[in-house]
Amino acid sequence: MTYKVTEEGNISTVFLSGEIDMDVTEKAKEVILPIVESGKEVHLNLKDVSYMDSSGISVLIESHQKALEKNTKVVVKEVSKSVLKVIMMAKLEQILNLE
Amino acid sequence: MNLSESKDFLVSSGSLKDVRTFSREVFDKINLPQDQKDELVLAIAEAAQNIVKHGYKGVEETSDRMEIKISLEDNNLEIGFYDKGKEVVPGNVQHRKLDDIKPGGLGTFFIKQIMDNAVFKKDQKGWVNHLVLTKKI
Repeated sequence: MTYKVTEEGNISTVFLSGEIDMDVTEKAKEVILPIVESGKEVHLNLKDVSYMDSSGISVLIESHQKALEKNTKVVVKEVSKSVLKVIMMAKLEQILNLE
Repeated sequence: MNLSESKDFLVSSGSLKDVRTFSREVFDKINLPQDQKDELVLAIAEAAQNIVKHGYKGVEETSDRMEIKISLEDNNLEIGFYDKGKEVVPGNVQHRKLDDIKPGGLGTFFIKQIMDNAVFKKDQKGWVNHLVLTKKI
């Protein structure tokens, strides 16, 4: 997994790419959660994420819940077809902010 | 088409990518829709992850290996997982309720969604656990 972060006003966009599994979830959380903790709105761009398992889904849930605590939000954007299928299997499409 | 292929992997989160690569290579030999192949790879990866995460919970590093065997006979797909981790008590293997939104607890749910059946067998020789996932394809 690789990532890139861009900033625009109060919105940070995290572009993740590659495969997100148990081996990289700590790294993903280290990138995303501090930004959420700072109170910024975070956009997670998953256009280039080709695979995500239950560990990756846990990162999305944890980020979403942390954002609610901080009165901000995490928006999950440009989800690839394969990742969307996993999100839907977990029945999270109505819970996460998908765009 | 019938086939049977197996491979062993170091029990480590770093092996999960290799597990997926092995699974994809096997399923590329079978005429299946890509969506179904992706689901099967996810089920295998989740089961392997459970071995690393739960079978070796609290173990920082191990030289133990796990074996995965993918067999297809007359459209009956069987995937076996052998490991030497903590003995699994099948009744304790449960996924969280889906409406209890929290991180974790989804891997077993995904496996049950994707596969027809998942059972722990007691026929393993030299292993502690033998999980068998089956699906008619």
